[in-house]
Amino acid sequence: MTALRTRSVALATLAIGAGLLVLLAVLSLSIGKTYIAPGAVLDALFKPDPLNIDHILVNTTRLSRMTVAIAVGACLAVAGGLMQAVTRNPLASPGLFGINAGAVFSIVLLAPLFGSTSLTQFMVLAFAGAAVAGTLVYCIGMLGSRSPFRIVLAGAAVTALFASFTQALLVISQEGLDSILFWMAGSVAGREMDAVLTIYPYLLIGFAASLVLARHINILVTGDDIARGLGQNTFVIRSLLSIIVILLAGGAVSLAGNIGFIGLIVPHIVRRILPGDFRWLLPGYAVFGALLLLLADIVARVVLIPQEVPIGVVTALLGAPFFIHMARKGMRNG
Amino acid sequence: MDKWLTVRNNWYSRQINTSTCTTIAILLLITLTVALLSLSSGKYMLSLPEVIDALRSQTIADNAFIVSILRAPRMLMALLAGGALAVSGLLLQTIIRNPLASPDIIGVTSGASATAVFFLSFMTSWLSVQWLPLAAMAGGFAGAALVYLLAWKSGVSPTRLILVGVGISAVMVACTTMLLVFSPLSSTLSAYVWLTGSVYGARWHDVTTLCLWLLPAAILLVALARTLAVNELDDTLIIGLGISMERARLALLALSVYLAGAAIAYTGALGFVGLVAPHIARRIGGKSGTSLIIVTMLVGANMVMIADLIGRTQFLPLDLPAGIFVSAIGAPFFIYLLLRARS
Amino acid sequence: MDPIESQDLTLKYDTQIVIDGLNLTIPKAQITVLVGSNGCGKSTLLKSFARLIRPSQGTVLLNGKDIHRRSTAAVARELAILPQSPTAPEGLSVYQLVRLGRYPHQTWLQQWSKEDETIVTQALAQTELTEFQDRPVDALSGGQRQRAWIAMTLAQNTDTLLLDEPTTYLDLAHQIEVLDLLFELNATRQKTIVMVLHDLNLACRYAHNMIAIANRQVYAQGNPAQVLNATMVQDVFHLQSKIVKDPLYGTPMCIPIGKGIQSAGIDAS
Repeated sequence: MTALRTRSVALATLAIGAGLLVLLAVLSLSIGKTYIAPGAVLDALFKPDPLNIDHILVNTTRLSRMTVAIAVGACLAVAGGLMQAVTRNPLASPGLFGINAGAVFSIVLLAPLFGSTSLTQFMVLAFAGAAVAGTLVYCIGMLGSRSPFRIVLAGAAVTALFASFTQALLVISQEGLDSILFWMAGSVAGREMDAVLTIYPYLLIGFAASLVLARHINILVTGDDIARGLGQNTFVIRSLLSIIVILLAGGAVSLAGNIGFIGLIVPHIVRRILPGDFRWLLPGYAVFGALLLLLADIVARVVLIPQEVPIGVVTALLGAPFFIHMARKGMRNG
Repeated sequence: MDKWLTVRNNWYSRQINTSTCTTIAILLLITLTVALLSLSSGKYMLSLPEVIDALRSQTIADNAFIVSILRAPRMLMALLAGGALAVSGLLLQTIIRNPLASPDIIGVTSGASATAVFFLSFMTSWLSVQWLPLAAMAGGFAGAALVYLLAWKSGVSPTRLILVGVGISAVMVACTTMLLVFSPLSSTLSAYVWLTGSVYGARWHDVTTLCLWLLPAAILLVALARTLAVNELDDTLIIGLGISMERARLALLALSVYLAGAAIAYTGALGFVGLVAPHIARRIGGKSGTSLIIVTMLVGANMVMIADLIGRTQFLPLDLPAGIFVSAIGAPFFIYLLLRARS
Repeated sequence: MDPIESQDLTLKYDTQIVIDGLNLTIPKAQITVLVGSNGCGKSTLLKSFARLIRPSQGTVLLNGKDIHRRSTAAVARELAILPQSPTAPEGLSVYQLVRLGRYPHQTWLQQWSKEDETIVTQALAQTELTEFQDRPVDALSGGQRQRAWIAMTLAQNTDTLLLDEPTTYLDLAHQIEVLDLLFELNATRQKTIVMVLHDLNLACRYAHNMIAIANRQVYAQGNPAQVLNATMVQDVFHLQSKIVKDPLYGTPMCIPIGKGIQSAGIDAS
């Protein structure tokens, strides 16, 4: 795939992406244990009949699921893309940065202490843990040289650290293990719309903030020396972007648990299609990230009916071949 | 001024660094101390004479049981596995030319984990747990083989190896997670403990089997030790000095995978040893080649022995898996190394 | 018998032909320098001499035998190569590095024979690194570091030595340091030396034999005085120049024509 540099083609690509997204969204509302025809889905959305079971299904469970998938997919992709730009490291992604491990540890440690059991409470704890871990990895990885592997391995170290604490706690008190397991595997299902709606604004803020900084990111990725030469305060920009990343990735993890590869793969794919300007890339990341996760969710529901495969597994199984293919071809820097 | 000692006669000659000799001697002493400590500590504290008596004349049956049947095999398992994993990490770091590589990265750990969890969740009704190590080993080798094949493109570059390894490992970790989710409740905990890494319940039979597995690897290691220093140089120099680079790399990689696979099969995913032990070894004075291998082995062995000791004695009556402490101590130390490392 | 000979050698990089049907002999006990513009294939050619690249056609002969039919170890006893900007593992001392050069001659049982010891000591002496032998290689100056690497190849004790741009990234004093050493090695030990150099003038001064590579072929070969002329510089480097005689050494010296401050009274055209 060669980079399509003309504006109109980029716009067209985004439009096609968005269109596909809408299609998949409707599909996602139709497919499931009970198949509901798209026509009925549209009715449910725009002319809801409170007594129609199908309509209720669409408007509660499935709608929540679809919006979570879109939101999480978009956030993960944007967070991953921003990470790759900030660290100038093509291997950067929320999963490799210990954010997931921090979230899990936080839940395992604090949920029993606070007596929290609801998903909403999990979300808050997860976010806190994710923030701490992400900050830690950032600090360790960014000090001194920024060779690609260094940050990956700082992530591995922090992940292992939090994982070991988690393991200790889970081995000691085994009841926690079952409840945490499905969350760890990642899922976009079963989130209450209310809880979800409280998080969305933050994600939107994060996304909007990243768009505002898009021009600055363009300068940052050319290299520290050049950026400073152009008058940019790289430290401030990097820190702001890191906060956004933690907001988006932490939010995503708290919503949906451990979902890997979206943040890693989608930016690479999008960079081959859209021009290198972040004003195009960021929306591109969001659209295609949402698309991919929505697709993964549909697959997760359909492939082993009536069992549901954890979505994190599907993204790994879809994402890894892609990743390996790129490794063989040679990756392009973020 | 480095001091070098030359050993030479008609058919054998060698040069030995005296300060490394001292380091090795000290490490051996530490190993012995930790071993004795492991044998005497636990729910029932035994004094040193009691331990020695339990091992030799076994006059007090209870003590003999505790020392010989419970603690000794466990301690030896920690020693063997720690040493094997440490050397595995060293070999890998040499080939991949990256000081931050470990067996986890090339698919051994994740392959073994996936197979082990599968076994523990679904196969225990047909096959006895005796077969678990073999299954895990097979899984580990399969994982590494897959990574190698996918990374091969008229040769294997270190970078590609790591990247493909990360990808494959992620897939296998996802599969493992899925298996854990779908596994029957009864086996989830044991699977999880396996994933954490533990020498709990090691028996003499396991120790001797592991020894037998490691023996061919040890022999190969001795034969290849002198090539290790050369393998750290640039590709051109390796060939220039007369080593067939692809063959040498494959041999060392296979050896590394074999050592890690065998160890992990018996102790579970004891992650960090292979990553951290070589670094510690270099910092306490291991020089290239054979002496580095020995120092690394001793460091790894002690790491796991001490981790198990802590897990077994500091949280009584609980017996926590060694893997927790290998990571809990290894990870911060590794972070410290990262912070200190030059570019 | 020529130390190195190439017959109808064709080298490819992926699918691109870099060297096409090249016939070349490297004369014994002389210093040969390969020159050419960037990307002309001189490094690739050098690597093919060292068995690092497989020819897609043709053969490379080392001391009369096809280099690809011999084992890597056997080749290492007759030929040593020093790549561009070699990196030493962190903390490796000069002594340990030079010691590695003995690898092709050692066996599992004999890892430090009397001969090994003597040759390493000699190598350190000849490169004047004996007092530095315990220092880490990466703590040395550029010129010293390069001498350490050359000491390693000396310890390898081969008749032929290949060097890929041994002076790039070194300042002038260190460049002369390294080239002087190589010159002496050739004079006292009759080593056949083949190297890739960018500096034409230094090449002329130190080489007995100069080979210019252009258009995937040998453009010219022979004594620098024969090879270096304005036409050659134009054809190979696409540069206008004037060739004069070095006032101190008498070897050809190339003055490139371009812009620059000109002293009054001199016409550079």
